[in-house]
Amino acid sequence: MTSGRLISCILVMAGVTYLIRVLPLVLFRREIKSPYMKSFLYYIPFACLASMTFPEILWSADTTAGSVAGFIVAVILALRKKSLITVALAACVAVFVVERIAAFL
Amino acid sequence: MKTEDKANKNSVGTIDDLIQGMKDGIPIGLGYFAVAFTFGMAAARDGIGALWSAFISLTCVTSAGQFAGLTVIAAGGSLIELALTQLIINLRYLLMSFSISAKLTETGAGTAPRLLVAHGVTDEIFAISQTRQQLKPAYTWGAMCVAIPGWVSGAFFGGILGDVLPGALLSAFGIAIYGMFLAIILPPASGDRAVLIVVLAAMAFRAVLTWVPVLKLISPGFAIIIVTVVVAAVAAWLSPVKEEGGGS
Repeated sequence: MTSGRLISCILVMAGVTYLIRVLPLVLFRREIKSPYMKSFLYYIPFACLASMTFPEILWSADTTAGSVAGFIVAVILALRKKSLITVALAACVAVFVVERIAAFL
Repeated sequence: MKTEDKANKNSVGTIDDLIQGMKDGIPIGLGYFAVAFTFGMAAARDGIGALWSAFISLTCVTSAGQFAGLTVIAAGGSLIELALTQLIINLRYLLMSFSISAKLTETGAGTAPRLLVAHGVTDEIFAISQTRQQLKPAYTWGAMCVAIPGWVSGAFFGGILGDVLPGALLSAFGIAIYGMFLAIILPPASGDRAVLIVVLAAMAFRAVLTWVPVLKLISPGFAIIIVTVVVAAVAAWLSPVKEEGGGS
């Protein structure tokens, strides 16, 4: 990849992200009233992060067995409301352990 | 009374606000370091060096956005696709900025301080801002001063060590970001039926766009955009949020 393309990509990412953040702060100095817009914006992070997670998580590790093990561990710990770091690291450990065991079989 | 009015006109806030923001920013900065570390490693795997990763982190400061951006960049996607991905994935910042904007209006912040506050609107800094009775720009700046260096340095060290770590460890770390996403969305989903259905529907819809013939030709970036907008729009229509709910 050329530096030129990378720089254009970074400028686009940074520019769009900053505009999203700055426009409401500068242009709209009141609260959103529409219940529909409020609800739409409320559900966005959940829909977005969920669609980024599955099914990609199934091939996040080198082997499917490792990925599935990490997925299961992450779901269990997340449902128990463990912190971000705990859930993430436990999933990594699960992948590592399962892939080491599988390598011996 | 007069002095109190004057204090309120001091719209940027005091040194105390700044220091409080820095204190509250410490745990955020530590968490950011770890998350950004995995970003730096992922970027290195896609051929993007440590300094570039640090630069992306400094200019974007958005975890989900940066990971999604990486996917689009690595897949050779167009700049329009990249812009749309950022727009949709980071649209939640719009809601947060609206909310922060209203709080800043209460304390009388001007336009210039708002331009700086804007760069620090993230899930976590938004969350601590919500806890303030009176939000001053200096508080947000304090949190940014601590949290953003954690985010940038994490990406840098992840980029460097990503090259050094053995393959078995890299394979294990690849799941870290998804674990974090699950840790963000599942706790609220377990207590709120509507959120749970949104999460499951988004995953199912994305699976359809991944495996069904023809539909799977849609690139990952656009698939995420389509799923997010459709699922959130339908959910907002079928199950409007009753009282003010912020994004997490």
